[in-house]
Amino acid sequence: MSRKITLNHLTRIEGHAHLVIDKKAGKIESCRLEVIESPRFFEALLKGRHFSDIAPIVARVCGVCSISHSMASLMATENALGIEVDPRAQVLRRLLSQGEILQSHLLQLYFMAVPDYLGIPSIFQLLNRRGDLFGRALRLKRTANRICELIGGRAVHPVTTTIGGFSALPETSELKQLRQDLVGTLPDLEATVELFAGFDFPEFSRPAEQVCLDHSGQYPLHAKRVISSCGIDQSVAQFKASIDEYIVPHSTAKMARTARGHYCVGALARVKNSHRRLSPMAQKVSKALQMDPATDNPFHGLKARLIEVVHYVEEAIHAIDDLLLHSFSRARATAMPKGGGQGVAAVEAPRGLLFHAYSYDQNGLLETADCIIPTAQNLASIEADIESLLPDLLDLPDEQLKQRVETLIRAYDPCLSCSTHQLRITIK
Amino acid sequence: MKTRIGFFDFTGCEGCQLTVMNLEDDLLQVLQLVEVVEFRELMSEEVSALDIAFIEGSITRRQDRERLQAIRARSKTLVALGACADNGGINLLASDQDVAALRRQVYASDAKHLQTETPLPLHKVVKVDYRIPGCPIDGREFLAVLQALLLEREPDLPSFAVCVECKLAEYPCSFDYGEICLGPVTRAGCRAICIAGGDRCRGCRGLVDNPRTSPYHRVLEEQGLNLQDILEQYRIFNIGEE
Repeated sequence: MSRKITLNHLTRIEGHAHLVIDKKAGKIESCRLEVIESPRFFEALLKGRHFSDIAPIVARVCGVCSISHSMASLMATENALGIEVDPRAQVLRRLLSQGEILQSHLLQLYFMAVPDYLGIPSIFQLLNRRGDLFGRALRLKRTANRICELIGGRAVHPVTTTIGGFSALPETSELKQLRQDLVGTLPDLEATVELFAGFDFPEFSRPAEQVCLDHSGQYPLHAKRVISSCGIDQSVAQFKASIDEYIVPHSTAKMARTARGHYCVGALARVKNSHRRLSPMAQKVSKALQMDPATDNPFHGLKARLIEVVHYVEEAIHAIDDLLLHSFSRARATAMPKGGGQGVAAVEAPRGLLFHAYSYDQNGLLETADCIIPTAQNLASIEADIESLLPDLLDLPDEQLKQRVETLIRAYDPCLSCSTHQLRITIK
Repeated sequence: MKTRIGFFDFTGCEGCQLTVMNLEDDLLQVLQLVEVVEFRELMSEEVSALDIAFIEGSITRRQDRERLQAIRARSKTLVALGACADNGGINLLASDQDVAALRRQVYASDAKHLQTETPLPLHKVVKVDYRIPGCPIDGREFLAVLQALLLEREPDLPSFAVCVECKLAEYPCSFDYGEICLGPVTRAGCRAICIAGGDRCRGCRGLVDNPRTSPYHRVLEEQGLNLQDILEQYRIFNIGEE
């Protein structure tokens, strides 16, 4: 008996994909995540452009991770051209990145994932029945957006980020207000932890190599080394050089692997590899959510994201304290370099490791660009997870099966806009 | 009955839909007036008829053209949301290059599933009733257009240049910093947000109507810029308008 279920345009994820599953005689023959997002050739359209135009263009790869793309892009250019960045500007950049991770995680947790665990098609269903929950989601997201607006000038596609630092800085009074807003999120975060602690996460386990950045002594965000749960400890450039990006016939997103095979990036990788570096509040939340740092359950990606929300709120408060204590007035490079060069940089985007690598000619015009996106590194693991989860689900009615598989895919929070962009599930 | 609205996206970054979601408190009030019946990024539902479809992104493939035509057929009003939908936006940056060459450059493959066409703004495929420019859109302008549509008025966009908003806010002129700024010829409505952020105007909202009648276009000439310099800058977001 062969079975074919088609799930077109997977919903509540960033971007467009279908899932196709072939089943024959009670066995899964194959399982393919078809990313159908239209290719946009970003790497090619950057060619020949001046280094000062690269970050604003490449931010447009993705609305959700525009800050991460800007950061990785600026840092890769700065590395290529030998531009120093003021330490205060680096703190401000981290604060901006924390804002984006909070924005993205809160949107994913409340608007994309919560409906799965409450058994509703969308959070809009809660508008009248659970006004408290809807209001809380919006309040938390507003504070995250506020960080990005204040530091980046806009919540989507930042305008203040520039080579060498920032073209505009927040006022002290604005930073103080933002600090108050962040402290003000704590009751809402407590209620959020309570909500998620009550969810029934599916039992499932599949070991995978978990890869993230390493920043000596700190929870990873912007850093120069890469570590993995299998003992890798390399420079960003070394690790990037070991990545093999390949294309598969069913997807417009590239997939990535190393010689050791496929690996995972993202919140779960960070929490697993850097659990002891979480803030004190985040450690408590980890306990409250019964998060085992050794977990091999991809569904726990949601828990990891919530733990990180608390962690980054705490870190953002500390970053503001740091900025208030050490006032600085200008944070952009004054002298622009002459000559070209090559550079690579990586940041922890909301969904994991993001690499940008560029080379520039003597006039500062871009020769080559290469961007490796978190979701490209996760796609193969998502497929492998689905393949391993499916045998238990095959007797379920189509609707339930679809729901379970979509819940798993959402646990990874794939961003397909980035990896090229929607999901259809077909079981043959 | 509430007005039924939907959000759709094609080739783009979803930053404009995200800007709508970022309206938060205003969004709550809007939801008292409209019913969001389709929004793939946030909802699992699909419906047969809509009052207003807001569409983000450019059209790059045959199957996208068909999907857009189907959305047009079930929507009373269709609004292009953001630069990619409105004029092709940044998607057209490589439109002077051969698509097959680009594909080989990025994917090193000519596989069938990677085939695309030069990106098209929505109006090249279907009738577009209204547009909200910008990369990304301005959230307040989205609300203004939605409000007009709910009141059955014609939504209108500012007919003056970004310079006007910039001067009103008393920001220092980018030209004084030696930068090329497209504020003199770009349609206002963004509250000069990039200049507020210490950047310059990159023209993402497209040309103001009749730019030569605006007193500001002379700023560009006074700075000794010729048409080629201005177009070079303007092309980042606006190749589709040429």
